[in-house]
Amino acid sequence: MTPAARVRGLRKAFGDRLILDGFDLDVARGERIAILGASGCGKSTLLRCIAGLERADAGTIATQGDVGIVFQEPRLFPWLTVEANVAFGARTAEERARVPALLGLVGLGHAARLLPKALSGGMAQRAALARALVRDPNVLLLDEPFAALDALRRIELRVALDEILTFARASAILVTHDVDDALAIADRALVLAGSPAEIAFAGTVGAEATRATILAALGVPAEGERGRRRLQHERG
Amino acid sequence: MIRFVVPLVLVAAWWASTSGGWVKSYQLASPTDVLRELGDLAQSGALWHDLGASVARVAVGFGIALIAALLLGAYVGGSRRGEALLDPTLQAIRAVPSLAWVPLILLWLGIGEVAKITLVAIGAFFPIYVALVSGIRGVDRKLIEVGRSFGLSRAALIARVLVPATFPQLLVGARIGLTQAWLFLVAAELLAASSGLGFLLTDGQQTSRTDEILVAILLFACCGKLSESAMRSTERRLVGWADTAAP
Repeated sequence: MTPAARVRGLRKAFGDRLILDGFDLDVARGERIAILGASGCGKSTLLRCIAGLERADAGTIATQGDVGIVFQEPRLFPWLTVEANVAFGARTAEERARVPALLGLVGLGHAARLLPKALSGGMAQRAALARALVRDPNVLLLDEPFAALDALRRIELRVALDEILTFARASAILVTHDVDDALAIADRALVLAGSPAEIAFAGTVGAEATRATILAALGVPAEGERGRRRLQHERG
Repeated sequence: MIRFVVPLVLVAAWWASTSGGWVKSYQLASPTDVLRELGDLAQSGALWHDLGASVARVAVGFGIALIAALLLGAYVGGSRRGEALLDPTLQAIRAVPSLAWVPLILLWLGIGEVAKITLVAIGAFFPIYVALVSGIRGVDRKLIEVGRSFGLSRAALIARVLVPATFPQLLVGARIGLTQAWLFLVAAELLAASSGLGFLLTDGQQTSRTDEILVAILLFACCGKLSESAMRSTERRLVGWADTAAP
């Protein structure tokens, strides 16, 4: 079966700085991949190339069906109501007819007629998520979608996203710097490092990819002394 | 209610000083004289004739300015070549106090309607042009990116993202432009006119009729206020979505 997204030999440079070179990635249908890495490691650039927002210098990117993208900020059009924002990318009557269901899915059924300025940050980001789903994409690209939210809204949206991806049966590429996001959403976790970026770590979430192994790949200590004692206590 | 205190005191002082005979009527007509003159002008039809002439000049001049500013502003704001080609020249022309063009315009275009409308158009053009160019340049690139992520064509991006995003600034520019249009109308009609509110001003001055002058001033105030209110309510209706109120 052809993968939902296939990247081969991707090269992208900004000026003299080579961000990606000979980069390969396969995302199976329905698979959710989390890409982690330090700021500026090239993970966002990879996502933007797949979304077609950056032109690759070399290599090929093939995606099956439509691609939706959610950015770090909601980026709602302030002059459109929530429902008109969600309907923005609709090309057919069928896609437009999907809007009420999408609003219900992200819990914004009651806010359809509101303008973005009346929304909280979490609501706005959920509206952005619904907008990205209007074409029923095969691949959903998520560029740090929780980064601008406070801790509780973050957990809330994480749960919502998990359910939505299951419901939409879409593949997802989640770019994040938060290990918990990756563990909560993804089937597979990749850590990018180096310049140009290479896959420093790849593993299935729940098997090779755990909080400890991902953090180790990111070069961050997982727990201090207190944390280790607490973990031992929890494990009995 | 407090907003009416100062105007009421001023009118009372005006009325008291003129009816008490402290001020001669050739220096300042009394409120009753002004009202009577207003009634006379309305009855003779001169009022509607002059008011109509002025409103028509503002409307046509402003309309021309709006169209020119939309075309040039879109070109300069939307393309680097347009900016390089036209913006320096337009900025240089803008730097000239616009009334300095008056003698030249009178020489070139005479003292007819064309000259007056041209002057009004020059006055209204620059605020609209400047607001539109800065509006286009200020459009959030991130919103354009959302449009691009849905694969919108250039034309669709302009129609669905750029135009609505620029609209609030454009309307503010148009409101200021309309105020400028009235300002330049006064200048144009003071210099050479046989009709219009500015003509009432000069006529009143030449015949020492302060009541006539005050009627004209009153009408200018009403016209300016009405057109500004109309523009503001248009802004509220069309761009109420904008997060911050326009200045």
